[in-house]
Amino acid sequence: MPKIQIPTPLRQYAGKEPAVEVKAATVGEALYGLVVRHPELRRHLYTDDGKLRAFVNVYLNDEDVRYLQKEATAVKETDNISIVPSIAGGSAQR
Amino acid sequence: MLKIGKPAYEQVRRHGEETYPHECCGVLLGQMDGDSRAVTSIARCGNTRSDSPQNRYNIDPRELVRIQREGRVRGEDIVGFYHSHPDHPARWSQTDLAEAHWIGCSYVITSVEKGKAVLTNSFELAGTDENDKKFVDEKIDVT
Repeated sequence: MPKIQIPTPLRQYAGKEPAVEVKAATVGEALYGLVVRHPELRRHLYTDDGKLRAFVNVYLNDEDVRYLQKEATAVKETDNISIVPSIAGGSAQR
Repeated sequence: MLKIGKPAYEQVRRHGEETYPHECCGVLLGQMDGDSRAVTSIARCGNTRSDSPQNRYNIDPRELVRIQREGRVRGEDIVGFYHSHPDHPARWSQTDLAEAHWIGCSYVITSVEKGKAVLTNSFELAGTDENDKKFVDEKIDVT
């Protein structure tokens, strides 16, 4: 089954597991399966209107799914899906 | 608290001197241990903010995926991040807070004045979600 890598801050909402295997044919199905199994993750990954939060990057192996077929991107049994919140900032005031 | 060995601590500070007058950035790897984080290695990253590198930084998520994968092999997790503030205090800015999303991780900031690393401070991103997140000063234990 495809494996979803959970970033350290979100593991507390995913049974403290570093990775979760989910039966899925697409990235969207995998993420859906993840939040069904761990409902507390939902608000950290999705906005109230069900869109993936802008700072949440989703990678299929080494590719950003935004540049593939987004949540419709097909996944294979051996694939790794990584949830990667963005890392940015700087001394500039907003 | 952030526990970090002297060599890794010095690498973080040196990175800021090397990229001056631009901000440097990187990842702290190690183990989460309750309220503290123990750093066992660091990974330097490139700053993708070529439009404003003197006061902004961004790490390519693809680089992060690779660092996370390599860390897993060594039994390390991502426990925090570091960046520098060239000619600016080692305090978090509103930009730093708005763009910080790794709750429970350490964010280390080094002030670099005229090319020399001066102060290095660490802040834990505390809270439960995007609505109540805040930076809390934390002690750096350099061993």
